[in-house]
Amino acid sequence: MAKTLPAAVVVETQAAAEPLSPAAFLVAKSAWRWPEILFWLSAFGLILLLPNRHLLLNEIAILGLFALSLDLILGYAGIVSLGHAAFFGVGAYAAGLLAKHGISEPVTGLVLSGAIAGCVGLLTSFMILRGTDLTRLMVTLGVALILHELANRLDWLTGGADGLLGVSVGPILRRFDFDFAGTTAYVYSLTTAFLLFLLARRIVHSPFGLSLKALKDNRLRAATIGIAPNRRIVAIYTLAAVYAGMAGALLTQTTQFVSLEVLDFARSADALLVLVIGGSGYLYGGLIGAIAFKLMKDTLSAMTPAYWIFWMGFILVILVLIGRDRLMAALARPFAPLLRRLGARRS
Amino acid sequence: MLTILFDGVAYGMLLFVLAAGLAVTLGLMNFVNLAHGAFAMAGGYATVVLMNRFGLPFLACLPLAFLFSAALGLAAERLLYRHMYERSHLDQVLFSIGLVFMAIAATDWLMGSQQQSVRLPAWLQGRIMFGEVGIGIYRLFIVVICGLMALGLQWVLAKTRFGSQLRAAVDDRRVARGLGIPVGKVFAITFAFGSGLAGLGGALGAEIVGLDPTFPLKFMLYFLIVVTVGGTSSLTGPLLAALLLGVADVMGKYLVPQLGAFIIYAMMLAVLMIRPQGLFARGR
Repeated sequence: MAKTLPAAVVVETQAAAEPLSPAAFLVAKSAWRWPEILFWLSAFGLILLLPNRHLLLNEIAILGLFALSLDLILGYAGIVSLGHAAFFGVGAYAAGLLAKHGISEPVTGLVLSGAIAGCVGLLTSFMILRGTDLTRLMVTLGVALILHELANRLDWLTGGADGLLGVSVGPILRRFDFDFAGTTAYVYSLTTAFLLFLLARRIVHSPFGLSLKALKDNRLRAATIGIAPNRRIVAIYTLAAVYAGMAGALLTQTTQFVSLEVLDFARSADALLVLVIGGSGYLYGGLIGAIAFKLMKDTLSAMTPAYWIFWMGFILVILVLIGRDRLMAALARPFAPLLRRLGARRS
Repeated sequence: MLTILFDGVAYGMLLFVLAAGLAVTLGLMNFVNLAHGAFAMAGGYATVVLMNRFGLPFLACLPLAFLFSAALGLAAERLLYRHMYERSHLDQVLFSIGLVFMAIAATDWLMGSQQQSVRLPAWLQGRIMFGEVGIGIYRLFIVVICGLMALGLQWVLAKTRFGSQLRAAVDDRRVARGLGIPVGKVFAITFAFGSGLAGLGGALGAEIVGLDPTFPLKFMLYFLIVVTVGGTSSLTGPLLAALLLGVADVMGKYLVPQLGAFIIYAMMLAVLMIRPQGLFARGR
């Protein structure tokens, strides 16, 4: 994908130069297309259509949001992260602790957790500015491991390996209580995901978003035309951390439990796999990938419960070996017009 | 105190042998292979099966473990890895994570998820005293074997015809091919040898670091630390990094157990922030 992008950017800038002013070009890029509207309508429609699958749908919405946050740094800024679960976990624990110690209103908790995860993201973002892909890989992985170890050791605060118990979440906005069927949870998670998606969409279609893509393609060249790389990377990394933290907070609030599992390496790998399935760099990849991933996981672990991880690895290997782009293009060909309208730019 | 230091050195040596193959594939060939631990695990399990089921002596198992892992590595290189050399780092990461997951599940299915243990022969147990310092015989054994391996590797890489072919192939694949160096073959042999070393390390280390199906994931970071901290341009860097890591880890666990693995991770982050290209590397 990386190889085709420079050409695409060139085409875009040419297109912007000739018929459209830059501002008009950006406006045209960000116009809503009908499949996008359809996608969100059906997502909200499922509230009524599949009333007994809301728990699963809730998980999909959360995973989708998490993958979306990874997409922001992977698909738009080109940072390969093996430890994105760090921020998910920080958000999850923050939400759990807030709910346990008084602030039981979910929306407040959600915003605060996002902010806390964002702070962690801001602090760690300075570590990924230097070095190669490999260094960044190690740093992100290292940060996630340190946080995992912290959560494990500080058992007076986090409950350690037993998980954080006694998380009681109040009604949303003091009006809507969580129910056992997960309807409130799904509506809550989906609404949050939708609002955050709107924000992300606005951001990636802004001049800032375009400059990120330029950075991803060629950092040196981008720097010479006056795009300051470091500030932008810090900004997007922090934003992605906020998103991931909110996804984690959603998980805590809807399940009323936090365990060490939120910081697992497997969670970071899950998010990567979701993006591989859905494709990265057009925002919907995370959401579509999350749907496919959860459905696959459901069927595969129903067949072989203990060895689901094998199939996950198998899918990754096959996908990469055949070529992510090629395979996905073949699979997506019937839906190509649809995907293009969603804003995917693969040829 | 010196005993702890020596344990650390032994552990570091072990880590070096485990990670030496990775130092070549990742460091020299610039291929991000997160599945390196899987080959080490294969060697460890080969030893366990050979010893417990077929009753072979420990010493005979070591070369067999090496061969087993090397054969696995060769097969994997020819069938799978070969196609990944030219891909982006993201692809390589995803691919090798996939392999790790498969290896974990397959081992779990074949061998069960419990810890495996290796029974050492009597002459390797116990410890000898040098004045005040007690040294475990097995630890000494590991240091000797791994030290020899490190010397041998350095010699092969620096002095032999194969070593220079490998270095040429790594520097510029196309030119090396043009000069008549069988690049594919050189890479395959190197990869197999590296996997074999990992297998040997796994066999040696089963007694010290334990062996269960999550081994590749648990030690992935350790291997990566050895290579990235050591720098990716020679073998001495990784060796020193492995020793440093081993000593720091063992000392940390003995002296300040409540800190756990923090020391290692914090050290790694600090080194990577100050010198992203590794401690002992020449700047590129």
